[in-house]
Amino acid sequence: MAVLTEEQSMLRDAAKSWVQEKSPVTAFRKMRDSGVEVGYDVAAWNEMAEMGWAGVVIPEEYGGSNFGYLSLGLVLEELGRTLTASPLIASGLGGASALILGGSDAQKQAWLPKIAEGSAIAALAIDEGPHHAPDKVSAEVKGGKLSGKKVFVLEGMAANVFVVSAKSGGKVELYLVPADAAGVSRTKLSLADSRGAANVEFKDVAVGDDAKLNGGAELLEKVLDRARAGLAAEMLGAATQAFEVTLDYLKTRVQFGQVIGSFQALQHRAAKMFTELELSRSAVEAALAAIDADSAEVPELASLAKAKMGDTFHLVSNEMVQMHGGIGMTDAHDAGFYLKRARAAEAAFGNQAYHRDRYARIQGY
Amino acid sequence: MADFGGTDLEAFRKEVREWVAQNFPASLKGAGVSALTEERTEPTPAMEAWRKAVGSKGWGTPTWPKEYGGGGLSSAEARVVSGEFARAGAYNPIGGMGVMMFGPTLLEYGTEAQKQEHIPPICRGEVQWCQGFSEPGAGSDLAALSTKAVDKGDHFQIDGSKIWTSGAQYADWCFCLVRTDTSKKHEGISFVLFTMHQPGVEVRPIGLIAGSSPFCETFFTGARAEKKDLVGPLNGGWTIAKRLLQHERSGLTGAGGSLGGAGKALEDLAKDYVGVDAKGRIADSDLRTRLTTNAMNMRAFQQTAVRAMIEAKGNASPSSATSIMKNAGTELLQERHEMTLEIMGCQGLGWEGDAFSAAELAAVRGWLFGKAFTIFGGSHEVQANIVSKRILGLPDLTQSK
Repeated sequence: MAVLTEEQSMLRDAAKSWVQEKSPVTAFRKMRDSGVEVGYDVAAWNEMAEMGWAGVVIPEEYGGSNFGYLSLGLVLEELGRTLTASPLIASGLGGASALILGGSDAQKQAWLPKIAEGSAIAALAIDEGPHHAPDKVSAEVKGGKLSGKKVFVLEGMAANVFVVSAKSGGKVELYLVPADAAGVSRTKLSLADSRGAANVEFKDVAVGDDAKLNGGAELLEKVLDRARAGLAAEMLGAATQAFEVTLDYLKTRVQFGQVIGSFQALQHRAAKMFTELELSRSAVEAALAAIDADSAEVPELASLAKAKMGDTFHLVSNEMVQMHGGIGMTDAHDAGFYLKRARAAEAAFGNQAYHRDRYARIQGY
Repeated sequence: MADFGGTDLEAFRKEVREWVAQNFPASLKGAGVSALTEERTEPTPAMEAWRKAVGSKGWGTPTWPKEYGGGGLSSAEARVVSGEFARAGAYNPIGGMGVMMFGPTLLEYGTEAQKQEHIPPICRGEVQWCQGFSEPGAGSDLAALSTKAVDKGDHFQIDGSKIWTSGAQYADWCFCLVRTDTSKKHEGISFVLFTMHQPGVEVRPIGLIAGSSPFCETFFTGARAEKKDLVGPLNGGWTIAKRLLQHERSGLTGAGGSLGGAGKALEDLAKDYVGVDAKGRIADSDLRTRLTTNAMNMRAFQQTAVRAMIEAKGNASPSSATSIMKNAGTELLQERHEMTLEIMGCQGLGWEGDAFSAAELAAVRGWLFGKAFTIFGGSHEVQANIVSKRILGLPDLTQSK
């Protein structure tokens, strides 16, 4: 755990106690069983927004607290522990970052205060195929009309506004498209992790000059790196919790007349998981701190954090099921939730293979 | 960080820079202290002069107290010294086990008289120490050691043998774990010091898979340790041994972030030997993926070393990150050794001769010697036991305290 400022400690403690009281894993289970279309509990999201979490990275003049990305990471980590479903990454992190980094004053005025208070949800509509590939863009703006299909848009059903990547004059640009604009249609995706996602189609959607964000492909990468680091923080919380629950089980489950945690075959695997979690925590915190410092190393550190955290959550979620044995296979147990969330989070904004390749490219080999 | 830019520090930097310029013999530029794998050669007069110069300043042991011959510097000042040495192509001539492990331990547990006697010669680089810990029957299970020390009134008589005593053939003194009570295991061990220059001590070097080595077998037949050279209480040596092993482990893993080593980056080596594709990527995509994974893990390891250091300063309790460092670091280093050989192909299989470059031959020996990293200083498995028990609180079946 990084050394925190006083306001960061307070923010983290507030998130920790809210999550424990209001959003244990049973709340996630209830949300899943309810089949709610947006993929999160709207009342819980309103409470989160009231506490200011949707505006942690948003400047004060637009209604946020401007605490920075490491601070938001602390909240996401706590939410990740109990798999709390919310549009915080899509909207308060991804959408907000796109506007902060690439928005005109008018665009910021139009959306950031609403995003900060949680009354508007922004979502990133970037990918067009089953693998993250932000440089492969078929969506196009021609003669002021946007057409194209975007898939696996996180919080796509809840979104009031989409940040859409599309080609214009052969170059990748980002556009703000209200969800209620004529020609926008969306289809809910029912995913294994029960979180909100949609495929979104844009058919001759009118996009004026006031819809374009400033920054093109470079802006897109910056926004994605912030989303990657933030998602990695959520994954860190989830993986840490999955590990701690598993460790408790190793200390209480008795077989062959002794707790199974006394078996060295399991002890060494537990030590391995702990080691990977420590390394991952360093990578995640370093990436978030680099964003706050506006470091030139953000791209490689974000890829490192996402890839390392992906490997670790993958390992820990598999071990959680395996070490729990039969009970871990049942829907009544939480292990399956972590396993499913791990794979969905790994795939979002680039999986491990994507980010290893990207890291190597940045390093020049 | 605040302690990098102070004006006092800048004045000190200037002082060190001038001193190094005046005292470091130009002929030694780029030389280093011999690595573990290399044979020791007689020091040249220039090397002797540099050792004495650094020793008299105490800058070889920069943070140790001045009253025992150390530099008495803050860690920020110590970084200035090492930075200025590196800038001038100079090395720290004061090293060995006295500096890495024994000195810090004696400073913590020794009596005033013991510190006055033993620390200053370490700071001056005059006395070399060796470690009498492992025995043929006590490796990972170190507390099973059986080398006996019998109370003979004014001294202890020592009988038994030690193994893997690195540098014993060059050592002047030995810090040694001995059994002073056979009825108990951990509570029957004492920590004693004695000179290696006595009739009851015999040293035999051990040939290793990597060829010649600094490791020895050391035999004690009626060897003598003075009573004044018992460190800590009688039968209280295990506590001291554990502390010393912490120093050893932090030294072995390069917890300060030096891990990665000198020489050409592995990625560049791969480009040279394996070639690149049209996009400039390492041509062997399988190798490229594994290299990248290792490089990324290495980066996370270094980030963890930095985080542990910052947390140790900023938080009240010690960082739990330190416990994972030895296994994480040594695994990554061994992977790098393996990949170096793979990258070099058949050129990475040379044992000796002109058909191979010096770097190629060194890669083979380094790979073989590197197998020791996960064995010495507490094996990989012992480290995993320690994490399981001390950090995770899982039941202990091995009694490895």
